[in-house]
Amino acid sequence: MASVAPAISGPHQYLQAQTRWSRVEIAFWLATLLPFVVAPNYLVLASQVAITALFALSLDLILGYAGIVSLGHAAFFGFGAYTAGIISKYGWGEPLSGLLISGIAAGLLGYLMSFVIARFRHLALIMITLGFGFLLLEAANSASWLTGGADGLQGVRMWPLLGIFKFDLWGVTSYWYSLIVLFLLFLVSRRLIHSPFGLSLRGIRENIVRMRAIGAESRAHLQKVYTISAAMAGIAGAVLTQTTETVSLGVLDFQRSADLLVMLILGGAGRLYGGIVGAILYMVARDQFSGINPQYWYFPIGVLLIAVVLFLPNGILGGLAKITASERLQKWMRTLPPWLRGAS
Amino acid sequence: MKKMLAGLAGVAALAFASVAQAQDTIKIGVILTLSGQFADAGVQMQNGIMTYVKEHGDTIAGKKIELIFKDTGGVAPDIAKRLAQELIVRDKVDILAGFVLTPNALAAADVSAEAKKFMVIMNAATSIITTKSPYSVRTSVTLPQVAETFGNWAAKKAGVKKAYTMVTDYGPGHDFEAAFQRAFKEAGGDIVGSVRFPVANPDFSAFVQRAKDINPEAIMIFIPGGAQPAALGKAFAERGVDPSKIKILGSGETTSEQALKSMGDSSLGIITAWHYEYTDKSNPKNVSFVKLFNDMHKRNPDFFSIGGYDGMHLIYESIKKTNGKTDGDSLIAAAKGMKWDSPRGPMSIDPETRDVVQTIYIRKVEKVNGQPQNVSFDKIQNVKDPVKARMPK
Repeated sequence: MASVAPAISGPHQYLQAQTRWSRVEIAFWLATLLPFVVAPNYLVLASQVAITALFALSLDLILGYAGIVSLGHAAFFGFGAYTAGIISKYGWGEPLSGLLISGIAAGLLGYLMSFVIARFRHLALIMITLGFGFLLLEAANSASWLTGGADGLQGVRMWPLLGIFKFDLWGVTSYWYSLIVLFLLFLVSRRLIHSPFGLSLRGIRENIVRMRAIGAESRAHLQKVYTISAAMAGIAGAVLTQTTETVSLGVLDFQRSADLLVMLILGGAGRLYGGIVGAILYMVARDQFSGINPQYWYFPIGVLLIAVVLFLPNGILGGLAKITASERLQKWMRTLPPWLRGAS
Repeated sequence: MKKMLAGLAGVAALAFASVAQAQDTIKIGVILTLSGQFADAGVQMQNGIMTYVKEHGDTIAGKKIELIFKDTGGVAPDIAKRLAQELIVRDKVDILAGFVLTPNALAAADVSAEAKKFMVIMNAATSIITTKSPYSVRTSVTLPQVAETFGNWAAKKAGVKKAYTMVTDYGPGHDFEAAFQRAFKEAGGDIVGSVRFPVANPDFSAFVQRAKDINPEAIMIFIPGGAQPAALGKAFAERGVDPSKIKILGSGETTSEQALKSMGDSSLGIITAWHYEYTDKSNPKNVSFVKLFNDMHKRNPDFFSIGGYDGMHLIYESIKKTNGKTDGDSLIAAAKGMKWDSPRGPMSIDPETRDVVQTIYIRKVEKVNGQPQNVSFDKIQNVKDPVKARMPK
């Protein structure tokens, strides 16, 4: 808004202005509660949307902000999912601690991988992450004594959440649980992105050589964000295991990584809400299209993807931002009463 | 005011009508893999289901049958479980059916157990699936049912004393290997060696040569369809493995319609054990089933189709028996012990394990009208799932 612009003078003010919650954001998070009232029959889907959104957010951190292209992010998702499943199978079905352990486990794996990741860019990264994903899938496949192999892990039983809320058939507990986890980790990401650390990540994305030239340590930054992203992906996987009480090789599948990338592109990479909007759009579109035609539902999704890439190259959110930033709209906005304009 | 009242009455009438309608239809939620790598299996099962509905109409015990198809897109128990939940909560289905893949069936079985819904597994072949829900029943086949029967047959009837096993290195391959070896050894046979090859293996020469060097009396193979049977057949021919000297044994998938086409003459002499063969003309039920299937779908049925077809038969007959009652307890009670003549031959549902009991056919690939075809020459009747027979009751 024109009235805000003169207030930004230094980098601190810039960052502070970014962290302010806009009305659109508040409205968005309030809207995530709507399924409880409007569509109580869709809560199971809603909880899986929230999980996927969290997964997409984790990819957005590395891809959208740090420029680390990854085609194997399902490795961490799957690692977290299996960790949560295995500890529950061997007698510890408490969800919250299970979530924490899975997140730490996936984060550790991410930390180890980050030594390799931080050394490469672009195409080489695609190959490395892809290969890493396949390696983990094959490892899980052959370690069938631990993972159950192709049949999936059997005997995952979760205790009620906080000892009170059972994971029910209608998905009420599942949705509350996944939504709260998503919101908390979103807060973490938001803080991260709007910190000087987040700013330097964007610098690395734009020009890694120049970042080094101005004395910013890029490798340590990349390792840090990759580890955080891996832990988040692992937590997303763990929530999926806990709310569905199943794990199979599907969680490590390449298809999952690829779908995730599609969601992020749909929503808009490099935007906090990009992954979330993309996940909502993809999952709901998939649910509706496959309800109409269970065999060829990929077709309309393909059309959607082409249309978005063609007309909104920065994703749906990127397109929206462009529209709201246009001169004509700004002019028109100024004619609106102030409470309608929002704080964006 | 009058208008408003009329409107209200209209709304009430509508609401009543929708309730009445709900009581007159029975909804079946069918969870399949209709896209991705396993799409063809799901499509063939759907074809089998639709063939049965076409043949027997869509009204049973005065109620209309409504089928709702859902796609899991591959190995995805999380999605399968969600779809099962949604079908019950949102679409209010009375019966769950379908299930091509084991992990998906296992996940949905939890939902069936919790919601007390009748569940018909039309393919997934791992033994334990039916133990997960007391409302589930299977109309396809179990892997050990074929593998152990075959192992026993090879040692006792075919007189094989030394066998070598070659399987694809993945879940079903391992299960088949273990089951075959177990039954073969129990029947007095000796496994002289075994090998597992990668899922996407382009050349089998080295594996076949190794097997040939050991000189067993029989080689048991288990490979999924696709391009692999042709490559394996080629390797057998090149390395000079003569099926008349060293018996080549396999499961039904090894010599499926597509596999036989790609293998050509190198498939001649392979002996397989399986529960269904579409070319079987000795059973008039099968002849009419294949004819209707060909007319409807312009292709031949396979074991996915027969699983779907017989699954629908079980659903229809159970509903008839309960006189339209669709709660899980009534339907499973009706399904237990059900016996019928299927295109695959006589089959029944074991009242104790709710699993399929059927004839396993031993077939040999021979030339019929110039085309390689599975010709049945021996059969073992009333085969139960051996794994569940061993489980403590």
